[in-house]
Amino acid sequence: MWRFIGIRTLQAIPVIFAVITITFFLVRAAPGGPFSSEKAVSEQVKAALEAQYNLNLPAYEQYLAYLKDLLQGDFGPSFNFPGRDVSELIFQGLPVTAELGLYAMLIALIIGVFSGVIASLKPNTLQDYGPMSFAMIGICMPSFLLGPTLVLIFAIWLEWLPVSGWGNTPGDKILPSITLGAMYAAYIARLSRAGMLEVLSQDYLRTARAKGLPEYKVIIKHALRGGLIPVVTYLGPAFAGLLSGSFVVETVFQVPGLGRFYIQAAFNRDYTMILGTTIFLATLIVLFNLLSDVLAAWMNPRLRYQYRK
Amino acid sequence: MNTARNYFFTVIIAFILTACGGGSELRQVDQGTLDGVLYFGTGTEIQTLDPHIATGVPEHHIINTLFEGLVLKNPYTLEPEPGIAESWDISADGMTYTFHLRQNANWSNGDPLTAEDFRWSWERALTPAMAAQNSYMLYPLLNAEEFTTGQINDFSEVGVKVIDDYTLEVQLRAPTPYFLQLLDHYIAFPVHRATVESFGSYTDQLSRWSREGNIVTNGPFELSEWRLNSFLRVDKRADYWDAENVKLNAIVFDPTENQTTVERKFRDGLIHRTEDVPLDKVPVYLQENPDEIVIAPYLSSYYYLINTKRAPLNDLRVRRALSLALDRDLLNETVLENIMSPAYFLTPPGTVGYNPPVTFTYDPEQARALLAEAGYPNGEGFPGFEILYNTQENHRRIAIAIQEMWREALNINVTIINQEWQVYLESVDNMNFDLARRGWSGDYVDPNTYLDLFITGGGNNNTGFSNERYDEIVLNEAPRELDVEARNALYFEAETILMENMPIIPIYIYQTKNLKHPDLQGAPSNIMDHYNWKYVYLEAEQ
Repeated sequence: MWRFIGIRTLQAIPVIFAVITITFFLVRAAPGGPFSSEKAVSEQVKAALEAQYNLNLPAYEQYLAYLKDLLQGDFGPSFNFPGRDVSELIFQGLPVTAELGLYAMLIALIIGVFSGVIASLKPNTLQDYGPMSFAMIGICMPSFLLGPTLVLIFAIWLEWLPVSGWGNTPGDKILPSITLGAMYAAYIARLSRAGMLEVLSQDYLRTARAKGLPEYKVIIKHALRGGLIPVVTYLGPAFAGLLSGSFVVETVFQVPGLGRFYIQAAFNRDYTMILGTTIFLATLIVLFNLLSDVLAAWMNPRLRYQYRK
Repeated sequence: MNTARNYFFTVIIAFILTACGGGSELRQVDQGTLDGVLYFGTGTEIQTLDPHIATGVPEHHIINTLFEGLVLKNPYTLEPEPGIAESWDISADGMTYTFHLRQNANWSNGDPLTAEDFRWSWERALTPAMAAQNSYMLYPLLNAEEFTTGQINDFSEVGVKVIDDYTLEVQLRAPTPYFLQLLDHYIAFPVHRATVESFGSYTDQLSRWSREGNIVTNGPFELSEWRLNSFLRVDKRADYWDAENVKLNAIVFDPTENQTTVERKFRDGLIHRTEDVPLDKVPVYLQENPDEIVIAPYLSSYYYLINTKRAPLNDLRVRRALSLALDRDLLNETVLENIMSPAYFLTPPGTVGYNPPVTFTYDPEQARALLAEAGYPNGEGFPGFEILYNTQENHRRIAIAIQEMWREALNINVTIINQEWQVYLESVDNMNFDLARRGWSGDYVDPNTYLDLFITGGGNNNTGFSNERYDEIVLNEAPRELDVEARNALYFEAETILMENMPIIPIYIYQTKNLKHPDLQGAPSNIMDHYNWKYVYLEAEQ
């Protein structure tokens, strides 16, 4: 097992390194730059600006300097917010995005598992089609449409919840969480329905029923454990996706999370910030995939076997 | 198992309860009006509070609450009013200004504010290594440009001299009628030397001196909290020299960028004022809540740059034909909700008494004749070209309408292409375009802020336009002319030359569109969209 984890960790290093290198040169190859604006500035000012941010050095020197700082855990200063470090911005946005992701995940799990299980109990009836069509809509409906729709209903018409913000007014965390969670709820509903359907036809459930257990105990105690394995393995990548993919929701609801910083950085050519967030998110995704691989290997010894020589 | 389940349900119920909490209370803006707290949408997050690094409009609103220059502007007339300077004398030749500073002005840490603070701050703003993008705004100072471009190294040669603690003498390189206006721009604001220097090199843009907790300011408000992408709050400063005339207790700036979200926040009573209104919402507000929407002229022009070095646009007749065939009134009615002001010139009218020439009108007949004369009768054989705009819905709609107008009037086909902002900037800068959309907002109220764009080789010319007489007027004759009428006549001549050569196709003059809560008072519309925060107050309607 340790050998498996060790090998997978070593495999992750070149991936991260490739991400760093490609991103570093790609952002510099993109047209424009962090200081281009509609107003032309004089050559002297432009040169002095580049000197302030070390952009006057040859690209490979900048690259080596960046790698050196990175090894010491320093993502460098943000170009777009002078006086702030990239790591400071990341760790300012991360808790917000993580909290949003957590709530969204909770909502997704509650709604998803519940409707998935309900649907699987009476397949190909109205009880199945109802929740599953709902799930299909959830998957198809983009968050930039779902978000404003929810706002229109719950904030503007019913005036139950605020239209945007995060932690400024009571209840402002609810709509963003639901909007972000909806798509994942839909996936989880389909996954748990499929998992449950497979398990429900197994022999051991017939045994459970035969020994006279009430139906709810059969479902909750016996069927759910096996039926939800696909959902569990999906959680790792899903959470990484929640962290890196929440920028639409963050924009619609003005949530000061990582996604907003990421998008702003890309538009403003904030080189260090783009690099910092990309590296950070790439590392997270690699980590979560590693975790779910380890989990899968732990549950299925056959996967481990190929690493044993 | 049971406790875990109980805990789980408690969390869910708490979640739902907090959800329904805020129903019956006052809306945020109504509470704000009672408390004297203004909720102000800026449309985007600001980059920095350092007045010498900042570049944007939202920065202008916020930095003006924290810092104060020698003079302020009256928000109704835009005439200069005493700020840190109590009074000033101007020499007969208009080249020497003597400012008398008030003795009761101070910094937020209690230090007195003196003439030396201004001298040192202007030196900082102009120091080449500082790389202040707005340093050019101080170029009217004698030798300032030479200092910033490294031709002289001794700042004592620049036209700013401390006579005593409360007297500052300023020498200009030419009489500059708009000089006092520039002093209300953040580039001319003082910064606290000891604070700046205690955080490292005074020219370091990455310095942390302007961060919350560190910053020392001299304006009517001071920074209380700044949560990036969430809000920035300033509170009234009790020891500000004119505190009794500051009416608001606090201002909370909201950086929400997404225009539809901003509009929803306004409707939900979360902000008193928005920076903009989505165009499609304008007719709705005009009809249903006309007292909540304000549309007013703005010192900003929308036009197309023409690359005069490329065929077929290097032919003046073609350029004129294109401009004459453009029905600006129809464009305004169909695409712009009829709220913009059709333009046949570059400079927005009414800039300190200057009214631009109208050298042409909508005339499709003459346009067709000109095109025929250029060798393309009825558009035959016309090679076509591209209209470039930066990716944005409104620019796209305008470009499509213009494309169609030219097809109808001139029987020519042009294509439209869009580029992401930074890519677009680079294309325009390298003149890698045929026709490019452009907007320009004046830095100060004077025709010079527009007409000096098109001097030969100017950094924002980007058209290849070059005219000797034009350069002579803009660079030499107008700056030396003391008489307002004669000066305006010179600019009139220059703009006539510009429009006769048509290196740009003027389209419209912008109007600002804001949503404004009726409680917000003392914030009149002016063409600079300028707020003098001492005038602003909140009063609930009876």
